[in-house]
Amino acid sequence: MAVHAPTLDPDAPVVYEQYEDIDQQQETYIVGMWAFLVTEVMMFGALFFVYSLYRWKFQEEFFIYHEHLRWDWAGLNTLNLLTSSFFMAKAVQSAQLNNSKKQRKFLWATFACGGLFLVIKAIEWIPKFQTHLVPNNTFHWPPVDAPGMGGSPEHARIFFSLYFTMTGLHGLHVVIGMIAIATLALMVKFKAKPITDYIPTEMVGLYWHFVDIAWIFLYPCYYLIPK
Amino acid sequence: MSEAAIGVTHAEEPTLNYLNNGHSIASWLLTKDHKRIAVLYLISVTLMFFIGSIAAGLMRLELTSPHGQLFTSEQYNKLFSTHGIIMVFFFIVPGIPAVLGNFALPIMIGARDLAFPRLNLLSWYLYVIAALLFITTLIMGGVDSGWTFYTPLSSTYSNTQISMALIAVFIAGFSSIFTGLNFIATVHKMRAPGMTWFRLPLFVWAQYATSVIIMLGTPVVAITLVLVVLERQLKFGIFSPELGGDPVLFQHMFWFYSHPAVYIMVLPAMGVISELMACFSRRRVFGYQFVAFSTLGIAGMGFLVWGHHMFITSQSMLQGIVFSLISFLVAVPSAIKVFNWSFTMYKGSVVFSTPMIYALGFLGLFVIGGLTGLYLGSMGTDVHLTGTYFIVAHFHFVMVGGAIMGFLGGLHFWWPKMFGKMYSEFWGRLAAMIIFVGFNFTFFPQFILGYLGMPRRYHYYYFAPEWQLYNVLSSAGATVLGIGFLMPAFYLTHSLIKGKAAGRNPWEAKGVEWEQADSPPDTHNFHHKVIVTEPPYNYDAISDTNKHRAKFGGDPIPHHEEPV
Repeated sequence: MAVHAPTLDPDAPVVYEQYEDIDQQQETYIVGMWAFLVTEVMMFGALFFVYSLYRWKFQEEFFIYHEHLRWDWAGLNTLNLLTSSFFMAKAVQSAQLNNSKKQRKFLWATFACGGLFLVIKAIEWIPKFQTHLVPNNTFHWPPVDAPGMGGSPEHARIFFSLYFTMTGLHGLHVVIGMIAIATLALMVKFKAKPITDYIPTEMVGLYWHFVDIAWIFLYPCYYLIPK
Repeated sequence: MSEAAIGVTHAEEPTLNYLNNGHSIASWLLTKDHKRIAVLYLISVTLMFFIGSIAAGLMRLELTSPHGQLFTSEQYNKLFSTHGIIMVFFFIVPGIPAVLGNFALPIMIGARDLAFPRLNLLSWYLYVIAALLFITTLIMGGVDSGWTFYTPLSSTYSNTQISMALIAVFIAGFSSIFTGLNFIATVHKMRAPGMTWFRLPLFVWAQYATSVIIMLGTPVVAITLVLVVLERQLKFGIFSPELGGDPVLFQHMFWFYSHPAVYIMVLPAMGVISELMACFSRRRVFGYQFVAFSTLGIAGMGFLVWGHHMFITSQSMLQGIVFSLISFLVAVPSAIKVFNWSFTMYKGSVVFSTPMIYALGFLGLFVIGGLTGLYLGSMGTDVHLTGTYFIVAHFHFVMVGGAIMGFLGGLHFWWPKMFGKMYSEFWGRLAAMIIFVGFNFTFFPQFILGYLGMPRRYHYYYFAPEWQLYNVLSSAGATVLGIGFLMPAFYLTHSLIKGKAAGRNPWEAKGVEWEQADSPPDTHNFHHKVIVTEPPYNYDAISDTNKHRAKFGGDPIPHHEEPV
């Protein structure tokens, strides 16, 4: 689609027809990505708003409910995501240095961390399905494996609704991020035309860091509620 | 495509342009050209507008009699929900940005396309998917919650197709998010050399402010609607009062978007009006910077007034007072605009072309719509007027009298640029005046009805037969309005076949899109690199205004300018 006169260098980045030059294109992509992240912040922000409202309303009960979440597994996941962000940053750096081999290595490392995140997430989630803590028709509180826990079933349903909505939305973002990373890594491998400069990697990186940061807010909000 | 862009010089004979550059269906459905996408949007929003209008027509028909003989309550609920959802989410919100903005914004700033053409096409597909999903919802029985989807009616009690409708609105929301994102990146980074921020046409300022609102507000309402779907389908509990949840929280989150959405609807129209006022008064917009900043002011303050939709809910008196106060403040930037437009006309050489008639109509109707908003923003009067026809009349004055007048004015203004053809000025003016008259007959009686206490969303009023006079007036006006809305469909279509060639600048307007792009523009908008050397609306530079004006009777002025 590029209509500018072809440059001599076959590895030169593609400049699309609507842009004057590569600088304008890159700056525009970055503006677009940040603007998109603003919408993501607003979307998660709305959920955090609901969360803080209900936590304020049911402070003591939220402490009781949170005791049924696995802070240890989630903590491990936090470390895991932080590590993945490190790999992502290295991938962006490698892309800037035009080292596509390293770039792919770090992208797949990030991808693996994302996969590990989902595995740990599953380890956390699956028992909740078994003990009827998913807020559907069979929701039951107190949980069958810990019958002594206090709190009301109604408020517990609100807590677990929020928990599953927010961690679920975050999990969905992890999956989308992994798809983006895998696509990018494959495009780098097969030297796809749009991947001849570092900006696509930078954009995927920004997205992945956002996913990481969202989790850094989710973790204390759900797993580390003080008494 | 490529040979058109590389240095083909300007030719006088019909040249390759975006309309005749490829005729296959695929060349339209897979296009990345912002102008073609604008045309696709024009067709799709127009179709949705007609579906929404049919629902409105049936409602007006029902209300001619106090006894509600035509429809059951359930059917009527579905009618007004259909009307509201389609008109808000599928017509007015995408209307001006996705049609006129998509077409004109890149050309106005001297860009070859929007920043992300594929994203632009994606947003049209999302719109179409959402629209088809909503039409499917209608076929499967429709929804009865009103366009506001208040909980717990929507989350628990209604047994209509709410979830599907919510998903449709959710998808439509992403369509507008992507359009907004595209506009923001484009305005920031794609301006031609010399097109500084304060040389931007006010239409571009308005689109920019609108995009900011879309980006900040739409994700919030999107996730809120998802919560309602989860509550409906999976028995999650967020807004459910039975669980100790707060149903009013839904209203807060909904209006956090939906009040700014009012500005998503009206700000682009205001941008159009600024263009029209300047062009057809042959003057620079009075107080350009004030108008630009008032646009941003409205966008910012619009996020702080949502509570005025909820004076009669559980929110505290203090909250009510604060929201009421800020609502009054938001009237200030709106008034700045109205005064500036009026002063633009003062001592200008006003030409009453079709677009200008819409602009003048906008001015009057928007003032009435805005001032009646102050009645509703005062807590005391709101308690009496809320939920009555007064509020229906108020927001139709803003939405129809503001946004749709702006849309039609803009459509008539840029039509010669979009298709290179002039429509019949006679029929254009006639339709504009019929719409103005029909509009007032439809909605002014509703102010009186509301004042007398007729509640909105009722389909009978046998207990107060004295309301029938106003209802019949309103329904009669709606018929006239309907005829007015149908007329452009005919004469604009006719102009495509039989219309005279418009030439590059039929209105002798200033602006990059008129002075530097052909009608219809080339696929890449320009044959040359655009460089802007003038302040915006530099009409003073046109020395022989009066000479042009004498010719303005209805026929387009052939343009004599040499191509740049």
